[in-house]
Amino acid sequence: MPKDIDAKERGIGAATKRREDVRFLTGTGNYTDDINVNGQAYVFFLRSDMAHGRITSLDTAAAAEMPGVLRIFTGKDFEGVGGLPCGWQVTDRFGEVMQEPAHPVLAQGKVRHVGDPIAAVVAETLEQARDAAEAIELDIEELPAVIDMKAALEDGAPKVHDDLTSNLCYDWGFVEENKEAVTKAFEEAAHVTTLELVNNRLIANPMEPRVAVGDFNRATGDSTLYTTSQNPHVIRLLMGAFVLGIPEHKLRVVAPDVGGGFGTKIFHYAEEAFCTFAAKALNRAVKWTASRSEAFMSDAHGRDHVTKIELALDADNNFTALRTDTYANMGAYLSTFAPSVPTWLHGTLMAGNYKTPLIYVNVKAVFTNTVPVDAYRGAGRPEATFQLERVIDKAALELGVDPIALRRQNFITEFPYATPVAVEYDTGDYVATMDKLEEVADLAGFAARRAESEKAGKLRGLGVNCYIEACGIAPSQLVGQLGARAGLYESATVRVNATGGIVVMTGSHSHGQGHETSFPQVISEMIGIPEDMIEIEHGDTANTPMGMGTYGSRSLAVGGSAMVKATEKIIAKAKKIAAHLMEASDADVELKDGQFSIAGTDKSVAWGDVTLAAYVPHNYPLEEIEPGLEETAFYDPSNFTYPSGAYACEVEVDPETGKVSIERFAAADDFGNIVNPMIVDGQVHGGIGQGIGQALLEGCVYDEDGQLLSASFMDYAMPRADDVPFYQVDHSCQTPCTHNPLGVKGCGEAGAIGSPPAVVNAVVNALRSAGKDVTHIDMPLSPARVWAAMQG
Amino acid sequence: MYEFGFTRPTSVADAVAAMGEEDAQALGGGQTLIPTLKQRLAMPVTLVSLSGIAEMQGIQSGDGQLVIGGATRHADVAAGAGAYPALAALAGGIGDPAVRNRGTIGGSLANNDPAACYPAAALASGATIVTNLREIGADEYFQGMFTTALEDGEIITAVRFPLPEAANYQKFLQPASRFAMVGVFVAKFADGVRVAVTGASEEGVFRWGEAEAALSANFTADAISGLSVPADGMIGDIHGSKSYRAHLVGVMTKRAVEAAA
Repeated sequence: MPKDIDAKERGIGAATKRREDVRFLTGTGNYTDDINVNGQAYVFFLRSDMAHGRITSLDTAAAAEMPGVLRIFTGKDFEGVGGLPCGWQVTDRFGEVMQEPAHPVLAQGKVRHVGDPIAAVVAETLEQARDAAEAIELDIEELPAVIDMKAALEDGAPKVHDDLTSNLCYDWGFVEENKEAVTKAFEEAAHVTTLELVNNRLIANPMEPRVAVGDFNRATGDSTLYTTSQNPHVIRLLMGAFVLGIPEHKLRVVAPDVGGGFGTKIFHYAEEAFCTFAAKALNRAVKWTASRSEAFMSDAHGRDHVTKIELALDADNNFTALRTDTYANMGAYLSTFAPSVPTWLHGTLMAGNYKTPLIYVNVKAVFTNTVPVDAYRGAGRPEATFQLERVIDKAALELGVDPIALRRQNFITEFPYATPVAVEYDTGDYVATMDKLEEVADLAGFAARRAESEKAGKLRGLGVNCYIEACGIAPSQLVGQLGARAGLYESATVRVNATGGIVVMTGSHSHGQGHETSFPQVISEMIGIPEDMIEIEHGDTANTPMGMGTYGSRSLAVGGSAMVKATEKIIAKAKKIAAHLMEASDADVELKDGQFSIAGTDKSVAWGDVTLAAYVPHNYPLEEIEPGLEETAFYDPSNFTYPSGAYACEVEVDPETGKVSIERFAAADDFGNIVNPMIVDGQVHGGIGQGIGQALLEGCVYDEDGQLLSASFMDYAMPRADDVPFYQVDHSCQTPCTHNPLGVKGCGEAGAIGSPPAVVNAVVNALRSAGKDVTHIDMPLSPARVWAAMQG
Repeated sequence: MYEFGFTRPTSVADAVAAMGEEDAQALGGGQTLIPTLKQRLAMPVTLVSLSGIAEMQGIQSGDGQLVIGGATRHADVAAGAGAYPALAALAGGIGDPAVRNRGTIGGSLANNDPAACYPAAALASGATIVTNLREIGADEYFQGMFTTALEDGEIITAVRFPLPEAANYQKFLQPASRFAMVGVFVAKFADGVRVAVTGASEEGVFRWGEAEAALSANFTADAISGLSVPADGMIGDIHGSKSYRAHLVGVMTKRAVEAAA
């Protein structure tokens, strides 16, 4: 850990221990599956075991007579109900909007992926519901499945959606106006490096599977949904307005403790709508808890890009142009934010840390008979970083130059910097992070470590890369122009109680990030009261202001900024009250360490005296200000934030088996200002762990018939403790964000964005040290793949 | 799970009687059976737990052999089979602590998962599988993936391992399940060397005769450096091709010999 960890006892910069861990680590958390509503029934979903088929008969009569069955629902019950909406509309390179298929709650006529829900059995017990589901008489005429994206776009390919013209969702060009200039730059290039690669499909696998409990109050007509969500307000809006037709004031969505999200719990899922709908239909609460097998075939998957990237360089090795051609898998339906991931969260990052003047990105988004694909930790930015940082390493190989030197030569060094892909980086110092990386990774000692490995019969490799990400998502007006059907502000209500304690109701949602600890640090710093006087409430639409939730490393940058704005209002009002109590002008009042005072006098009143006066306004300027001390603020940023960094990975490869072992991993990140360095370390550790998972282990694989081969942990390899090393993490390079009040940039996704190319670069480097002519291996770098690459 | 009955006899005789009922299913440590039941892939009428039978528990050594009760857990073998260090090490490397504290040797051998560890030890050791009815030599016992010489209702009461002069087990992990992608057990006896391979073959655990002959003449890794098993018949899946597994058989065998020698 860096030395600054213990530098401060409270407030911004202190390594305050995570207060929420007490309940998480002692089994006293309150997760959605812990919520049991009086009289609740259970639902079991009958899911398709075929990738593509037409339902020719579906007879639930006999099953409905089974013991305990309350009702069996099918697609027919949802004919009058809206489908699951998509929250982002992409416009293609010809100015046409994307093809957007219906996404029914339960299958209507066709099934389109293994796991597609066909019928829902609600019964007194889960086992009774399962028994009845087995008694449903179902016939499906199997249709040819489309799995491979390029095959899906061929003429005559079976169509996932009969009512669309093809399996192409959109053909996106960015920046379309750059295309000719990019082509010309390639014609004039001194050197062109080309790389074809796959960004492997992943399954997030949060520790807690998805759960939904729908409830209905017949007396009031109110519906409540308890759900494993990263953004309960978004679910309330999407499900209420677009699926079930319930206005917000009659619908409450609660996302209590959530055991990991990683993106896959952003989206609105059919099971949520079903439980809410069925609770009203049956006047009974209805509960669904996903089995792990269901999670594999119903949680939105991540990544799944196939890309050809080309980098043009001049005779002095300056990058002159970049061109990419990507196929992005959408799966069978458009998940909530799926269209944005390969476009605006990917194309806009293709400049990376480099001053490449001309960039053109083409993305073809494709429907296939697979589970929908959407955002997963990093969402588009890992895909951009991976291809860019891999092609740079390959260019260095071809040119015979040092890959770090090639990067340094092309770094952006002047800020703000407007990229050719429509974003403006406010701050950064890529030279400083690379310098810091060389130090913390001890790159100077690599040669000696390689010699030691070779003595032990192992091949040692070093991989280095940079990354940049656009976080703090996002300015509403900008994303609106880009096709978002939502705003992306954040909100906070700061409620000060009479005795001085504070409750912050935030629209952000914590599902592992530690907001309950880090958010109070900010207010503690501003007011000068202990952190334990401040509580954070989140996750319940009934008591938090409308907020957009947590993803895209946005909570502190956007939600924290809203909290700062609300706290500033609190302080301004409190100063007026204090001024009244001290018979002074509020302009002269200072607040420090929880005491209001008048400069140059011995007059002072404590924070608690002021808060008490606000609620017991006996001696109070009622003619000027209202009683009470509670303020709400909404914050909409003016730009993304741009965290950046440089990562280094050292691997050992067993030349006999191809097994890769990660020996060292170092990260030098620039997250701007840091509120809790310990939490930041933890976020980076977790991100790198998932990045190593993608690079070495995780691969979601379908066979050509659309059967999910990696359908359990027996075949889907998650990273375990012994797959990852101890990390050297440094975030002392800090160029604060210029446009949010905290100067923070976001750290949640960096590790997952920055680490996969470092691992692959390192393995390629290791194999080349043994004379193997290997320039690329597709992830995951399983022992079998590495061994096969060594065989040539 | 579907509903099922449950009985926990305290003697082999009672267990055999209970197994005589219709659709009775023996339950060892349940590390395969319970997940199977949870997925509703089996529908036994009665589960006959073998965990309460004292005569099927424990480890005894003497007369150049080690006898392990059929209901002995992996953790107990890891801790108590000091007379056969390679076997103790194998048991200590099965699954994770939860698996090792529930799973039993008899359960593993009765199931004969093609990627399980114990079949390699039993076959390479020339162990004898002792049941309520008879004694079965390992060479006759293993009959292919999930297939054994056991009759319906027959219970493994013990496994008898002759103690080799030297032995070692090398396991290359399948990355996801951490079962053996290839596991090789090499055991050197006075009358020759036996090599058994698990995880690799579509036919389940098998003996690599060519390596046995070479190692019986010269128990060094060099003796098998030119040998390989044919890729044909190996398992090929998303974790590795047939030829990769065939290659690993050679590598793991060499490493086992080096570690044992």
